[in-house]
Amino acid sequence: MKVMRWLVWRDMTLALRRKAEVLTTLLFFVIVVSLFPLGVGPEIDMLKEIAPGVLWVAALLASMLSLNRLFADDYVDGTLEQMIISSQPLALLVLSKVLSHWFLTGLPLVLISPVLGMQLGLDGDSIVILMLTLLIGTPVLSLIGAVGAGLTLGVRGGGVLLSLLILPLYIPVLIFGSGAVDAARSGLGVDAHFSLLGAFLVASLLLAPLGAAAALRISLD
Amino acid sequence: MRIFTKAYWLQLSSPKAFYPIADKSIPWLIAATILLSLVGLYYAFIIAPIDYQQGNSYRIMFIHVPAAWMGMWIYVVMCAYAVIGLVWNTKLSNMMAAALAPTGALFTFLALWTGALWGKPTWGAYWVWDARLTSFLILLFLYFGFMSLRAAIDDPRRASRASALLALVGIVNIPIIYFSVKWWNTLHQGASITLDKAPTMESSMFTAMMLMTLAFFTYTFAVAFMRVRNEILEKEKNSAWVNEIVGSDK
Repeated sequence: MKVMRWLVWRDMTLALRRKAEVLTTLLFFVIVVSLFPLGVGPEIDMLKEIAPGVLWVAALLASMLSLNRLFADDYVDGTLEQMIISSQPLALLVLSKVLSHWFLTGLPLVLISPVLGMQLGLDGDSIVILMLTLLIGTPVLSLIGAVGAGLTLGVRGGGVLLSLLILPLYIPVLIFGSGAVDAARSGLGVDAHFSLLGAFLVASLLLAPLGAAAALRISLD
Repeated sequence: MRIFTKAYWLQLSSPKAFYPIADKSIPWLIAATILLSLVGLYYAFIIAPIDYQQGNSYRIMFIHVPAAWMGMWIYVVMCAYAVIGLVWNTKLSNMMAAALAPTGALFTFLALWTGALWGKPTWGAYWVWDARLTSFLILLFLYFGFMSLRAAIDDPRRASRASALLALVGIVNIPIIYFSVKWWNTLHQGASITLDKAPTMESSMFTAMMLMTLAFFTYTFAVAFMRVRNEILEKEKNSAWVNEIVGSDK
């Protein structure tokens, strides 16, 4: 526990010394969402219709783009190797890294999403649901992404490859995340969607750190 | 009999022992594929009766269903090989996993393609975003991911291990595909052939489908063995026995 807290604190400190990198993900999210009204036309009814999907896809892309940095810096300066040979379980260290990564990329997306939701004409209830789905869903994205980031570490064209590996696995989260907002907009129950998203979160919390640890061991073999 | 001993089976995991078996079985597998598919297609087009609802268009089923089965089955087999390679570090199982992936992707694509052609006359659309179709499309992406990760890493050992892990992560999709017609209300119909009930179709249709499945099966192993054969020759090119084989062909 102490190690986890220390590692999260270290990663946050390091990242906050380079604020621009944290902001890039957020700005990317904002810009992508703002492109849609310009692309499909400013009719508010249509925007309302596509808003859940647009916001979710943009969040997905934003969190994927930031995955490259999850292990890359530590890999380059050798910290990652020290983590692997340390006496602490690697899965736990990975979990802490994912956690701090989510604080820096996932959480800001959740916090800014109401503004973008209003921009696309979503009503208050839907916005609350949207925030909740993103709150549950973005950690899943970071966790699954960690496995892919581990596998593509130091590989030629790693960034594009990472998206090819990870995006198919993101699809279920996308379907149920945006599905919940859609259901809320049309007055249907959202319980089923939330149960499934919660299940994804629990399953990936358990399995993804182990998978990512295995991936790192393979990559640094 | 030597074939019943454990040692016989274990030695097959060495490329040198496996090479002659792959080499000899390829012509037989190809012959079986041709024979089975000819008989299967004869059943499918001549003997099987016309469907009372769909007319003749249903006959694409004899390609579509076996291809879909193979698409899923090859993924499971590939994953099993990959895991064996990951755990016991056997060279040959990694080669088999890599050799099966393109064929699996091919069958998955074929299932999607024939499904689209079948969907147009029966559903009125080439593509719908229902759970079965979407999860099958994900399967295709998983195959692509597996192959491109393997291709992107230069070190062969790391490439096999990394892609094995990826295959293992992606296998969650297989039960989702299989049960998608039960879990969700899909436009795609449920299974007509299950293990616990008699098939809900004419027996000649069933025969045709089984023959086509067997033909696809033998085809899969024929091409997988061909790829493995090349892979073995390339990987072991510095060993004496490969030089002997290649030398004698000249």
